[in-house]
Amino acid sequence: MSDTAISNEREGALPDGGAGSARDFFELLKPRVMSLVIFTALVGIAVAPGGIHPVIGFTALLCIAVGAGASGALNMWYDADIDARMSRTLGRPIPAGRVTPSEAAAFGAILSVFSVMTMGVLVNWVAAALLAFTIFFYVAIYTMWLKRRTPQNIVIGGAAGAFPPMIGWAAVTGGVSLESAVLFLIIFMWTPPHFWALALRSSGDYEKVGVPMLPVVAGEKATRRQILIYSALLVPVTLLPGVMGFAGALYMGVTAALGAGFLWLAFVLARTAPGAAQEKAAMRLFGYSILYLFLIFSLLLAEKIFGLAALPAGALLQGM
Amino acid sequence: MDGNKDESERHKIEAPHWTEEQIKRRRQRNLAIAWALAGFIALFFIVTIVKLGGNVANRPI
Repeated sequence: MSDTAISNEREGALPDGGAGSARDFFELLKPRVMSLVIFTALVGIAVAPGGIHPVIGFTALLCIAVGAGASGALNMWYDADIDARMSRTLGRPIPAGRVTPSEAAAFGAILSVFSVMTMGVLVNWVAAALLAFTIFFYVAIYTMWLKRRTPQNIVIGGAAGAFPPMIGWAAVTGGVSLESAVLFLIIFMWTPPHFWALALRSSGDYEKVGVPMLPVVAGEKATRRQILIYSALLVPVTLLPGVMGFAGALYMGVTAALGAGFLWLAFVLARTAPGAAQEKAAMRLFGYSILYLFLIFSLLLAEKIFGLAALPAGALLQGM
Repeated sequence: MDGNKDESERHKIEAPHWTEEQIKRRRQRNLAIAWALAGFIALFFIVTIVKLGGNVANRPI
């Protein structure tokens, strides 16, 4: 035992490590982020052509969830220094002192290896390779390299969050395709306006710890404009599943309407002056963006379940 | 003799002291690991059966 640990004990503090509960370790997996990952991966599995045995599908989903959680734990390990200085992340297990950084690193590394190997052995190695790349991308490319270096961190790093439906698709088909790339693209284009809306509120925190988020580096006005630009790019991308024939008229109609709502909120935010009104508009867009992505993927899932995906666009209207 | 006494005192200080709360949390963690491992084994068993299907009993003797 180290001298520090001995002196800690003498002073009544907990010895190094061993202080975290099972719940603390679960928190390291970023369960809220994980829930969105699970859902989008499930949609990827469901809409992929061909079938998959439910047990294998469940296994793929479990591996994706654990892999995503593992990368969250590794992110918290690496970012513990800045997490301790931001109000939003202050209560996380490492800055709060409940889990040591080395415990989090070991936990994340073990789960990463297990999730990838299990995916490879029980599902297929293409999905396993994509999962491994996703973990690598989130931890090494986003967390370690881009996050503290460029205001484009979230644009490029957002790819990590966009891979899950592609992995789900690969679990079923054993490969990647244009359709799965479109699912990837939807989340990829959605991430910047979603995250920058939140960053507008937390820019003070990011500035304090030296993370060059867009509002910190380019200012709030430029961020609001970028949000509007990305929103305008996002909406046509969300219509691609219908254009490519793996989503139906219901999807096209509702998604277009939802997209109009997204654009409107982004437009309102772009025209809002800094201050309380901007924060309110940003948080409204942030909340709507979560609902928006959830509904779009829900529509894809619902059409698949009820067999509406094969309907050509306009068929529903003709039937009315 | 005195040297031996000093040695035993030193060990007494170095021995890890676990509080009740720490012991409770360690037990929780151990149980979580046990459940995870049991689930992992069950998963491999079930997937093996699923993949083998009807061939599970079909092997040359």
